[in-house]
Amino acid sequence: MAKRIGIENSIAAAEAIRMANVDVVAAYPITPQTHIVEHLAELVADGELDAEFIPVESEHSAMSVCCGSSAAGARTFTCTSAQGLALMNEIVFIAASLRLPIVMILANRSLSGPLSIWNDHTDVMSVRDCGWIQVFVENGQDLFDHVLFAYRVAEDPKVSLPVMINIDGFIGTHVIEAIEYWDEAQVKKYLPEFKPVNVLDPDHPITVGAFAVPGIFSEAKKAQDEALIDSKPHIIKAWKEMEKVIGREYRPVESYHAEGAETVFLTMGTFNETVSIAVDALREKGASVGQVKLRLWRPFPFEELRAALGGAKRIIVIDRAISYGGPGGPVASEIRAALYGEKNMPVITNFLCGFAGRDVTPKDFTAMYEKTLDLAKRGVVREEDYIFYGVRE
Amino acid sequence: MAKTVKSEEELGWKDLEVGCAVSQPGNASQYRVGDWRSNRPIWDFERCVKCGVCYLYCPDAAIHKNAEGYFEADLFYCKGCGICAMECPTRAIKMIEESE
Repeated sequence: MAKRIGIENSIAAAEAIRMANVDVVAAYPITPQTHIVEHLAELVADGELDAEFIPVESEHSAMSVCCGSSAAGARTFTCTSAQGLALMNEIVFIAASLRLPIVMILANRSLSGPLSIWNDHTDVMSVRDCGWIQVFVENGQDLFDHVLFAYRVAEDPKVSLPVMINIDGFIGTHVIEAIEYWDEAQVKKYLPEFKPVNVLDPDHPITVGAFAVPGIFSEAKKAQDEALIDSKPHIIKAWKEMEKVIGREYRPVESYHAEGAETVFLTMGTFNETVSIAVDALREKGASVGQVKLRLWRPFPFEELRAALGGAKRIIVIDRAISYGGPGGPVASEIRAALYGEKNMPVITNFLCGFAGRDVTPKDFTAMYEKTLDLAKRGVVREEDYIFYGVRE
Repeated sequence: MAKTVKSEEELGWKDLEVGCAVSQPGNASQYRVGDWRSNRPIWDFERCVKCGVCYLYCPDAAIHKNAEGYFEADLFYCKGCGICAMECPTRAIKMIEESE
């Protein structure tokens, strides 16, 4: 077993990007993504990473550079948060439609306003439908492993899609954890050389980013949707291969005491670990409760999710974003859609919490569990489709 | 954009290249932009002095010289913008509606 190093998660992530031997980094600094990019700039300046570091003037330019370099066959990385993601929005969608295997870490931060630098999932949910493969990680080791996973999946010629790794800002990026680095042999075994499906080459000219007339646009969108859906088996295979190399197991949907549990929490990101603590405490008191963690957000793992949630009477979905004037949280509305028409449809409660870094403790999750039991008992769930947890009147 | 040579109306989603890349350079010439036209230019060869101003000004390079040295539009590409008619020094070109 490799040595575990006590290190800030952002620095470890940058080291994983160094191990992936990227060719181009184009990024603009924004809190809380900064430490990742700063460390990459140091690695390039010190000659430890042989890459072009392009200090662009905006995130719109960052993603534009990434599209160009990826199309030219360079292994490409960028990283942003919240407002930066909003500014690069236009090109984020284009990167997916061009099927460019760019990897981006999104240090999740609240989308303004009011202006905030702290963590929630309002930024990522603004690009829910951008066509990227999107995964959520819950700690530093998870982040480190997923950098190498992301390149393996993105560059798989059967996939050729950009991958977004979501890590909670500060709670996930700025803490120091014991992280097991991969050694060079493991990286070499797991991550093959990048061989792009299409490449800009003056000797064999192609056009990337042409326009599509109405007669072909729908076919282009269908092809893109199918590509994202079809990426799932390759994603699962990349996790299985990773397990063979480093021994850690990852899946699209992961469970903790969920089998046979009457009530199941559904969470993403760093809240996974906090909810596990609440689940342990509740089970000690005899509660029939478990947890399902959604790791793969896009493509949405319908089958795995139905299997993991099957049998639960009540599901508590935690959302860290809101669809204003809509169905509440984006995760809950998708869980409801995924389970619609299933036999013994469970009662689903949706709690919106943890906005802009507000602490949510195991005690709070216990309170949500009790509220859910109470609502289900009184049969009034539909009267509160979603609940802003902990908001003062 | 497509793996096979088919018209855009015949292409299915599986025919498209990954990311809709265009792997055969120069295939824009297969696109009938003349379909966009609502007016078409007609030449009065009595007035035409074969100066070629229409040829120079055509933004789509859709005008060519015929065997007698007169100029005419290739209606596969002509979008009917009317620049040729506007620029013609002898008023030899008239734009008429496609319905006429």
